[in-house]
Amino acid sequence: MKYVDEFRDRELAKTVAEAIRREARPERTYNIMEFCGGHTHAIFRYGVKDLMPENVRFVHGPGCPVCVLPVRRLDDAVEIAERHGVILCTYGDMMRVPGTKQRSLIRAKADGADIRMVYSTLDALKIARDNPDREVVFFAIGFETTTPPTAVAIRQAEKEGLRNFSVFCNHVLTPSAISHILQSPEVRELGTVRIDGFLGPSHVSSVIGSEPYEYFAEEFGKPVVIAGFEPLDVMQSALMLIRQINEGRHEVENEYTRVVTREGNLKAQSLVSEVFELRTSFEWRGLGTVPYSALKIREAHAAFDAERRFEVSEKKSREVKSCECPAILRGVKKPTDCKLFGTVCTPDTPMGSCMVSSEGACAAYWTYGRHRDPVRRPRAKEEAA
Amino acid sequence: MCLAIPAKVVELEDGDMAVVALEGVRKRISTALVEDVAIGDYLLVHVGYALHKVSPEEASRTLALMAEAGVLREELEEITGGEQ
Repeated sequence: MKYVDEFRDRELAKTVAEAIRREARPERTYNIMEFCGGHTHAIFRYGVKDLMPENVRFVHGPGCPVCVLPVRRLDDAVEIAERHGVILCTYGDMMRVPGTKQRSLIRAKADGADIRMVYSTLDALKIARDNPDREVVFFAIGFETTTPPTAVAIRQAEKEGLRNFSVFCNHVLTPSAISHILQSPEVRELGTVRIDGFLGPSHVSSVIGSEPYEYFAEEFGKPVVIAGFEPLDVMQSALMLIRQINEGRHEVENEYTRVVTREGNLKAQSLVSEVFELRTSFEWRGLGTVPYSALKIREAHAAFDAERRFEVSEKKSREVKSCECPAILRGVKKPTDCKLFGTVCTPDTPMGSCMVSSEGACAAYWTYGRHRDPVRRPRAKEEAA
Repeated sequence: MCLAIPAKVVELEDGDMAVVALEGVRKRISTALVEDVAIGDYLLVHVGYALHKVSPEEASRTLALMAEAGVLREELEEITGGEQ
């Protein structure tokens, strides 16, 4: 267990923290956006934030797939389950996310819709096999780590001739979201969000490799360090970013070499491109419409595409009024800037997606950080929609 | 949902499936995304699929950290809860 001790060694953490203090120049600030919700969690859970000098700041990005799914797509999933009487399978994180009028999958289930929480697409396939007379829809969400399992499930359903199985695809892409943030008016024109570098996601990168980040490191002149999700990984990666910023470099560096390679998991990538193709645009919660940022099922596999199999009515979807999730996901606001945070919106009564998922910034603040940063405005009850 | 958990391969099955063992829990997972899986390998498992192989050192380090953070139990519950 030698390695375990090394990576959680307080002395080592202190050494890295000291190096950061030594190298972070006092005359400037270092704004580091962590894209991945796993990093947000590590930063709070292990107090990484407290080990940083004042001028090294973490900006929380939109790296939580539950948080970035727009209400419209969730409403569609609820409608597919209710109107078409299917068995709708989804990952547990999605169950409590509030849709329009606070309607969530768990509420629809309580009202009689057949909605089942699964751990894996393998479980959804089994439900389809066990219920040949019912339509089974897998409500797929997630970044590049969760997409390959969906691709395998579609191929498996084809192989077995499981005609009652389909996928409602909401898979999204990390690099295009990061590019979009860098092109946003907040970053580019208004300068209200300063981003000096990125902590690149760990497991997403294990699938897609570090190569896709090279384009925007070059194009936007921002350094990226692919970081593991352990606290010392995050600290070491922050130090690597500070060094790049000091030296005026903007390269992709890989701190997580024990898992991530430049080319990634080629087998997973080829399965994904065999089954999926790019959507020309997709709406993200908080980011709006982002071109070429999501995947849809290719024509060749259309039989397994729930969007082609089930019609959904054109209806108006609506977020909870006053919920600041969209601004929080862009790094424009902190959870404690939201009027609803900690008052009407808590993990037990979430008003927005960022409070539902354990990887959401609001949930992380609630669990580990709410006593640190004062909530700005407690008077909110009457303003919640 | 985003976490991946390292587990040791104890059995290989047909159709790109394997049984992994972790903390007394055995679970059938898919190895369709990883090449050349052998018994004794450690795999990083995410939503029922191996994403890639990891070294035993990396596996033990990650598991110890997850146990300390209290997320290992949550992940195991999710895995066993998903067992049909």
